[in-house]
Amino acid sequence: MQPFTYARASTPEDAVRAVASGGPGTRFLAGGTTLYDLMKLNVETPTRVIDVSGLKELNGIDPGGQNELVFGALARMSDVAFHPQIVAEYPALSESLWRAASQQLRNMATLGGNLLQRTRCAYFRGGEPFACNKRKPGSGCAAQQGIDRGHALLGRSDGCIAVYPGDLAIALVAFDAKIDVLGPDGQRTLAVEELHREPGATPNVETTLESGELILCIRVPKTVMGRASTYHKIRDRESYAFALASAAVALDMDGETVREARIAIGGLATRPWRARTAEQALAGKTLTPRTAREAGDAALQGAKPGRDNAFRIELGARTVADALLIAKQRA
Amino acid sequence: MTATNMNSGFGTDRLGTTGVAVAMTVDRSAADQAARGETERVTLTVNGQSRSIAIDPRTSLLDLLRERLALTGAKKGCDHGQCGACTVHLDGRRVVSCLMLAVQADGRALTTIEGLSGPNGELHPMQQAFIDYDALQCGYCTPGQIMAAVACVREGHAGSAEQIREYMSGNICRCGAYVGIVEAIQDAKVRGT
Repeated sequence: MQPFTYARASTPEDAVRAVASGGPGTRFLAGGTTLYDLMKLNVETPTRVIDVSGLKELNGIDPGGQNELVFGALARMSDVAFHPQIVAEYPALSESLWRAASQQLRNMATLGGNLLQRTRCAYFRGGEPFACNKRKPGSGCAAQQGIDRGHALLGRSDGCIAVYPGDLAIALVAFDAKIDVLGPDGQRTLAVEELHREPGATPNVETTLESGELILCIRVPKTVMGRASTYHKIRDRESYAFALASAAVALDMDGETVREARIAIGGLATRPWRARTAEQALAGKTLTPRTAREAGDAALQGAKPGRDNAFRIELGARTVADALLIAKQRA
Repeated sequence: MTATNMNSGFGTDRLGTTGVAVAMTVDRSAADQAARGETERVTLTVNGQSRSIAIDPRTSLLDLLRERLALTGAKKGCDHGQCGACTVHLDGRRVVSCLMLAVQADGRALTTIEGLSGPNGELHPMQQAFIDYDALQCGYCTPGQIMAAVACVREGHAGSAEQIREYMSGNICRCGAYVGIVEAIQDAKVRGT
């Protein structure tokens, strides 16, 4: 591992200043479960690390507000996953957290860090022997000639087919959540849906955050659709694995009829993927296994398979359909 | 942990001399520290004992335990947070010590498998249950399994075999002793942990 210097930030402003003035080799460190892991692989090579994990003002979990749930960026995944009010009123959020990682990792990892979790693409993580435009711009993409069973079907580019691996962001996108970020020029708010970029010609640029910008909190608008929601995650094994396909779904039902549906899919795309066409196709319809499946097919519209992953188009459509029927039971 | 077995480590021991809050420091000479890049000092409580040590900022909590404090109970399996063999309790919560920078444990309290048994060496009920239910073969994952299992019961996640399987999924056993592990946890839960 490359040597680095270490400093603890005493305030968010202090942290932002240190990273913004430190240049590209300076990185924020929170729970460390992604950054330190990739440092051990020499995929991340910071020269200076600014530890924000002690910033208590970013730890809060506040579901009690009138209009929104507010989670501090440093709230631990396990604390939010098992918060009684989140479990009862926003099961999709709770499930997206407890169905991710292991309890040990959820005790360490923060919500803000989880949003910025980097891809599990083996060619990205594998380092030097493999071409990777994300790791080394211009070097190519070994995955496209390699084993792409777990790679993206949606939002691909010629330069990168790496999947966005997170679960929480999928549920947040379904709920129209926003984040507050602090940068050298002050604070701004953006939708979680605007946070992650498709790879395009610059797969190394993964988010819309500017250098030195720090996520302060996540805001989820309160909605009655929270209760009729689920995060359905399909994996090679039933626990402690990344999604082959997942769906975050929330419903507003009038009896058997859908007033409004929210659908976002994970594990299938290069970024959290909101499926608005599928949502619109369901509005005003009776929710049955058949209409649910049609919505699943609509959600996967435009999916482009590679060599080994075509089966995940059918899998993705079924995952969405099953998620809709699970959410309906909770309406 | 005694001063004697610390000598098998890499540093020299100096036992503090002031009253109850005895800090044990495990330092090399200042020149040696600088040459080794040990620029950070971390002070933490390990199994009830205060420890203070200069480290390279790259050091993982697991390497601090194993290589500097001679606590080799926590095991290095994957070193990437995937296998759970290095599980310890940090301020009472289970974490994988391989994925945490040791400097981030500054000021915090750590319990390792070495700190689980009673004052006279009597086994913790979870340790006894692992023996009683043959919950291991080679034993390499066992310290991590037991630390995770104690936390699993404490968290209230040992309500059923299915729930235990979900909340123990971060601990891999390549010998496949999972059936015994689940039974041991159910039994230890009843016996009290």
